[in-house]
Amino acid sequence: MLTQLLAQHFVHTALLAGAVVAVICGAIGIFVVTRGASFAVHAISELGFTGAAAALVAGIDPVIGMIGGSLSVGLALGFLSLRGRERDSAIGAVLAFGLGVGVLLLSLYQGYATEATNLLFGSIVGVSDNQLRSLAIVALVVGGGLAIAYRPLLFSSVDPEVAESRGVPLRALSILIFLLIALTTAEAIQVVGVLLVLTLVITPAAAAQRLTGSPGVAMLLSIGIALVSTEGGILLALEKPWPTSFFIATISFAAYLIARVIDATRPTVARASGRSTVSAAETPPAAGLSQD
Amino acid sequence: MTDEEQNIVSVEDLTLRFGERTLWEKLSFELGSGEFLAILGPNGTGKTSLLRILLGILEPNSGRVVVRGRPARCCAAIGYIPQQRVFDRDVSLRARDLVRLGLDGHQWGVSVLSRTKRERIDRALAEVGASDFAEAAIGRLSGGEQQRLRVAQALVSDPAVLLADEPLLSLDLSYQRVITDLIDAHRRRFGTPVLFVTHDINPILPIVDRVLYLAPGRWAIGSADEVLNSETLSSLYETEVDVLRVRGRVIVVGTPEDHNTHHVHEHRQAHY
Repeated sequence: MLTQLLAQHFVHTALLAGAVVAVICGAIGIFVVTRGASFAVHAISELGFTGAAAALVAGIDPVIGMIGGSLSVGLALGFLSLRGRERDSAIGAVLAFGLGVGVLLLSLYQGYATEATNLLFGSIVGVSDNQLRSLAIVALVVGGGLAIAYRPLLFSSVDPEVAESRGVPLRALSILIFLLIALTTAEAIQVVGVLLVLTLVITPAAAAQRLTGSPGVAMLLSIGIALVSTEGGILLALEKPWPTSFFIATISFAAYLIARVIDATRPTVARASGRSTVSAAETPPAAGLSQD
Repeated sequence: MTDEEQNIVSVEDLTLRFGERTLWEKLSFELGSGEFLAILGPNGTGKTSLLRILLGILEPNSGRVVVRGRPARCCAAIGYIPQQRVFDRDVSLRARDLVRLGLDGHQWGVSVLSRTKRERIDRALAEVGASDFAEAAIGRLSGGEQQRLRVAQALVSDPAVLLADEPLLSLDLSYQRVITDLIDAHRRRFGTPVLFVTHDINPILPIVDRVLYLAPGRWAIGSADEVLNSETLSSLYETEVDVLRVRGRVIVVGTPEDHNTHHVHEHRQAHY
């Protein structure tokens, strides 16, 4: 049964599309998690849904509406570059309103309800060759953007004050990262649906951060976990008639739990000598004053 | 001519206004090789703004800053040590990555770490005594260790000037000593002038060359003894201010805001 399915063209297309989306979700996830922007990703994806619903009502391709919706929220969040609690409540307010509008638009829509269901829960096996091509192009844009801006993005994400002192343009980078997040989200919606975007953008990166201190290794691990989750989910859904998104979410969550267990049971080597006291030996000999 | 060669930083006639309020007018001073300037004063008198002007991030209303004979321009020749702000425990960044960001974190494009760069990073880590935890994730180090790395991050680019904005805040006393010693050793060895913003002069009193005191609308600059006395501060604040010396510590009593007395600092310590 499975081997027969694996020979099918639509399965190949689904696996390829899944791989393309998993790679950029895993990569950008590191920046999302570092900037504490998980809730923003959720908002961007839900408003992508509102955009798609608007497109359905207007009779145009819902993917275009979705990208429009995600990008406009992404741009707004990037420009505002809010931090902390203020950002949380602003996102909550906008998100709730956008969903309300989405509900209205869906009730106005006279077509097939499956379109809406697919947006909410994903429809990876329905990906066409054309869709795969556009997924790949958007992924190249996101990947290129991340590669070119990698160091300033990392700097401004982990250490904004010093980054600014070194001439890193914080606001421009905030706009850039949210645009890239919006594009990535619009891609992920097509695989796992609006409600499960976080399972590819947040969970793999959160797991990877638990496993390594190196930013480069974290990004590779995050991409790896996203890939295994997506491809594994698609294959399992061929075997058992449950939704693909369920399997993807389950595998990435399992990776997250395992990462937490590994982290919790690991001995903290580097901490052994550090915290308790500052001995004279810790101070380099070059220091001018004596340690009395 | 020799004057200009010796002065690494010169601040010329800076005026800064926020709306109607003038923070300072015609603020001028020079810093020679290795000179350590403490910047003191209550909140809202533009201490951090002065650093931001030196960094080229903030434009003054008039005047200019010259670093090594050239107008200050963002941001190559300046090392910056901010207040200690604890990193998230989970952030994927090793100690050496933080230091590396100080070297090339502002550059675009993909690059592999060259051997020269790696050596500079190793040297900066060694200079602050952080070689032992260079590979550790930054969020799992103590606040004092993190601040030590911030010093390395500021020094790794061989800056012409070092700016420090309350770098001792929320550190325990032993680590305050470690951080000031590191900065002091570096400026003596390499002749890098230091501008050090602080609300408490006492931890750095033994190493300070001069003090710039910013009061609302006025300023004074000179040696610690010239500035931190009852007469000078009383005339800056236009009210009676007493400066006491107790067991080698400076205690200021009677400023309207009372932000610069050392008991504020000790009160803060009580939370840690």
